[in-house]
Amino acid sequence: MLHLIVFSVFGLVCVAGAVNLLVQRHPINSALSLVVVMGSLAVEYLLLGAEFVAAVQVIVYAGAIMVLFVFVIMLLNAGEEERTKGSRVAMLFGIPGMLIGSVLVAWVLLEHSGTGNVAVGALPGPPKVIGWLLFHDFLLPFEVTSVLVLIAIMGAVVLASHPGSTQQDKREG
Amino acid sequence: MVPLSFYLVLSGILFACGVTGFLIKRNIITVFMSIELMLNGVNLSFVAFAAQWHALSGQVFVFFVMVVAAAESAVGLAIIIAVYRTRETLNVDRVNLLKL
Repeated sequence: MLHLIVFSVFGLVCVAGAVNLLVQRHPINSALSLVVVMGSLAVEYLLLGAEFVAAVQVIVYAGAIMVLFVFVIMLLNAGEEERTKGSRVAMLFGIPGMLIGSVLVAWVLLEHSGTGNVAVGALPGPPKVIGWLLFHDFLLPFEVTSVLVLIAIMGAVVLASHPGSTQQDKREG
Repeated sequence: MVPLSFYLVLSGILFACGVTGFLIKRNIITVFMSIELMLNGVNLSFVAFAAQWHALSGQVFVFFVMVVAAAESAVGLAIIIAVYRTRETLNVDRVNLLKL
C-alpha cells in the first residue's frame, strides 16, 4: 500500500513536471520542470531497486545535462518563445488520434498485459554488480562508449568554437 | 505491490509528453529538452522490465542510454550555439534553410 502511495505521488509529480514543460513559454522554466521530472524518476528507480541507476540519474541527468542546458539558455539569452499557428489538419486529426491511441495502449497495458506485480526493490542493482556486468558481459560496448564520448567531446569543441578564431589566434600569436 | 503496467503507463505518458513537446514547441532548446524527456520515458520502462524479468542487463542498458544522451546533448547544444551564431534566432520556424 505504501509502495503504491509513494509511486503515485512521485508519478504525479513526474507527469506534472512533464506537462509544465509543455505549457511554460520561457525555456528556463521548462528546464527547471525537466529537473523535477528527472528527480522524481530517480525515486521511481529507487522503488524498483535500481540504486545505481537512481544515483546516475541524479548525477548525470539532473546534474550535468541540465546544468549544460541552463548554461546554454543563459549564454544565448533565450527569451520567451513566439507561438506560431500550427496546421489545422494536425489539430483536427492529431489530438483525437493521439487521445484514442493513448487510451487504447493504456487499456491494453492495464487489462491484458498479465505481467503481474513488482515489489519494492524487486531487483537490486548495486554498483558492484552493475560494474561487474559492465566489465565482463558488456566490455566491448563499454569500451565503444568511451570512443563515442571522445568523439562527442571533439565534436562539441569543433562546433562551438568560434569560426575563424584559430586563424586569429595564429595571427596574434 | 504495484502492477508493472503502472510503470509502463507512466513511461508512456512521459514519452507522449516528449513527442508532443517536440512537435508543438518552437524554441529549439525546448525541442531538445523534449528529446531528453522521451529518453527518460524509455529508461523507466527499461528499469521496470528489468525488475519484472530479473535481468540486470536492463539496468546496464539504461546506463548506456544515459551515456548516449550525455554525448548527444553535448553535441546538440554545440549545434544550437552554432545555429544561434549564424541565424541570431532560436525559433525553429526561422531555421528552415541548410545553407544561408
